[in-house]
Amino acid sequence: MADQAHNAQPSSVDGQTRRDFLLYATSAVGAVGTGLALWPFVHSMNPAADTLALSTTDVDISAIKPGQSVTVVWRGKPVFVRHRLPEEIADAAKVNTADLREPETDTQRAKKPEWLVLIGVCTHLGCVPLGQKPADPKGEFGGWFCPCHGSHYDTSGRIRKGPAPSNLPVPPYQFTTDTTVRIG
Amino acid sequence: MSDFKSNNKVVNWIEERLPVFSMMQHSAIEYPTPRNLNYWWNFGSLAAVMLIIMILTGLFLAMNYSSHTSLAFDSVERIMRDVNYGWLLRYLHANGASMFFILVYIHIFRGLYYGSYKSPREILWFIGIAIFLAMMATGFMGYVLPWGQMSFWGATVITNLFSAFPVVGDYIVTLLWGGFSVDNPTLNRFFALHFLLPFVIVGLVVLHVWALHTVKSNNPLGIDMKGPQDSIPFHPFYTIKDLYGIGLFLMFYMAFVFWAPNFFGEPDNYIPANPMVTPPHIVPEWYYLPFYAILRAFTFDLPLLPAKLQGVLAMFSAILILFALPWLDSSKVRSAKFRPLYRQFFWLFFVDCMVLGYVGGKPAEGVLIKVGQFCTAYYFAHFLLILPLLSRIEKPKPLPASIAQPVVKAAALLAMIGFGIAGFGGQAQASSAGMPEFKKPAAAFSWEGMFGKHDQAALKRGWQVFHDVCANCHSMKLVAYRNLADIGFTADEVKAFAAEKEVPDEPNDEGVVNNRPARPSDRIVPPFANDKAAAAANGGALPPDLSLMNKARPSGPYYVYSLMLGYEDAAPEGHPIPEGKFFNHYFPGNAISMPAVISDDIVAYADGTKATKEQVAYDIVTFLNWAAEPELDARKSMGVKVMVFLALLTALMYALKRQIWKDVH
Repeated sequence: MADQAHNAQPSSVDGQTRRDFLLYATSAVGAVGTGLALWPFVHSMNPAADTLALSTTDVDISAIKPGQSVTVVWRGKPVFVRHRLPEEIADAAKVNTADLREPETDTQRAKKPEWLVLIGVCTHLGCVPLGQKPADPKGEFGGWFCPCHGSHYDTSGRIRKGPAPSNLPVPPYQFTTDTTVRIG
Repeated sequence: MSDFKSNNKVVNWIEERLPVFSMMQHSAIEYPTPRNLNYWWNFGSLAAVMLIIMILTGLFLAMNYSSHTSLAFDSVERIMRDVNYGWLLRYLHANGASMFFILVYIHIFRGLYYGSYKSPREILWFIGIAIFLAMMATGFMGYVLPWGQMSFWGATVITNLFSAFPVVGDYIVTLLWGGFSVDNPTLNRFFALHFLLPFVIVGLVVLHVWALHTVKSNNPLGIDMKGPQDSIPFHPFYTIKDLYGIGLFLMFYMAFVFWAPNFFGEPDNYIPANPMVTPPHIVPEWYYLPFYAILRAFTFDLPLLPAKLQGVLAMFSAILILFALPWLDSSKVRSAKFRPLYRQFFWLFFVDCMVLGYVGGKPAEGVLIKVGQFCTAYYFAHFLLILPLLSRIEKPKPLPASIAQPVVKAAALLAMIGFGIAGFGGQAQASSAGMPEFKKPAAAFSWEGMFGKHDQAALKRGWQVFHDVCANCHSMKLVAYRNLADIGFTADEVKAFAAEKEVPDEPNDEGVVNNRPARPSDRIVPPFANDKAAAAANGGALPPDLSLMNKARPSGPYYVYSLMLGYEDAAPEGHPIPEGKFFNHYFPGNAISMPAVISDDIVAYADGTKATKEQVAYDIVTFLNWAAEPELDARKSMGVKVMVFLALLTALMYALKRQIWKDVH
């Protein structure tokens, strides 16, 4: 059988070159084609058009009293909207940002000081921190406390203590009217 | 196997512990293959490739499918409309099923022609039949999953087959259904089994190949390989030949996926399942048609054997009889090349199967009943009378001493057979008997032809007609307002269209549900709260949802166009129309509940086009076609790229194949 295979080899050097060229060209084109063909399969796992279309949420904030928080759903995740008290704003403002794990001023995080909008997902491993309800523990800095692994967030949602690497993210949002926030 | 040696230490380390490399060397590289295999021997590896494509596309479809009766249909449409490349995955899968059967049928007929079922290949043949049976079960259950009208009624008819068995029949059917009719439990278990069975097929294929490699491939001469001079190693000779065949096949397959994706499907399956209404003409998928014809061929009750049971038994026997084939045909000569009589009867049998397929796709009436019965009788006579007799009386031609002659190039023939079978698969374009020819617009619809696309201006005008006229009665539940951006409306226009309607909001803090204006992400809001309200407001007739209308009727665009323009003010002589109905030439039965709404200048087009009746009909049909096939433009332009690419790749593989084979011929 080995003889057979040997006999089948092109006899001339010219033939060998031609065969090598065809082999490499075919392999290259075939490999490119296979790669391109895989893309639709991979991309089908990305968010679909209807999922992307649901990427804004309107929140009516007229009924949220100072000191209160509400949790709304945006892209399947909880978003915290807190109507902050003056002392909470003052607490958040007086922090020396140089001491923070992720230095950000409160004014960078809140478009209007009395309204704080945060994605309520702990940046450590994805749990929802406590602190939205009056009876919840709010951690050592009066903001939020993640019960899973003990991360403490302040009244600006910044990480102050515990394993989380960064502040609670601020989603894109805008005040479409004085009493409505559009998230997304 | 033991002489495997490599210079690579890692390879040797693995090889000593798990001899995968020597196994690959032995069965995929050195495997001695007859040097004279023709292109009919490509179909086994093609079927294996097809199985892989089916499992891959099926896996990704399953990630987006919901197997609940209330969600299944819409989840399939979501795959078509919203999931990235979902339409491609679904069309690859749906057409792939037909391709798989085309390949396997050719593979089976090749085995029949060249006697590949004969000693020592009986077990190889049995495993093949088992694969075929598993494919039929898988295909059937897959067809149920989209939960359209054909899905539902196909499932009902096929499961009812088992009710033919005396005493236990009804219990079996109840067990299959998990209830008292085909319903949610049925759909759920069919999905589970449809996911499982392909992997069972993979296992059977492994056994099939194992058995093949034990007894070695048959060949066109049907004589055994007598020594090394008769064989060549599988690699590179047959790897490149198989790859070249795959290239050709993929072009055939992709032609359907990109330009005729619903060719093998039934328009009725774009109508959601309705347990209260059976479509007038239900047919199984084309690949079951010969067996369906056998099922229907029995019409006389016999004592203890009612016609229904005869049909069911005959249908199962038609496949099971293949197990007895190695003994029914006792001729020692394998290939029909050397069996002058068998060769003729082989072709007669082939034609018989084709006719059975044709009959199975037509309504059981008139002369076709007799044709079906005759062909059924012939089908069994072929196995039970002709083959046993032939092997006794036939004088085979002398066999050559050894495998010698070079292979015949049959690539063109392969493509022709493929197209022939595909044309045959066209079958039941449910003939609207007694209907006049459909009207055609003066200018062809813009999206027809290989490069045709939806005409943007007509789409915008069509939306205006739908919005101003149709939408007063008809819903379009599968299309969202945001989709209108795809036909050229700006974000603000889309917002404005959505905001015209209201939808229920989330319950507020007091639990009260208020309405809010619709948003672009909402689906087009139906004109009535539910189907009952819609029917009540329209004289008891429910105006059908228009999302899929162009796909849900045979020749959909022409049907809708003709229907729009097919009204008569007064019913012609001899066609009495009931009170509250209107005469339309193109509506089945002629009595339609919808009045003639389309007239000249029914809308004032925003772009200034004159709104003649024909123009309005053209525009609304264009819009409905986009609603039904929003992916059409992207599909065709991708198709052109894919075909150019495949042509290049196949040409390269062909050149490489010639180069590799040139010293063998």
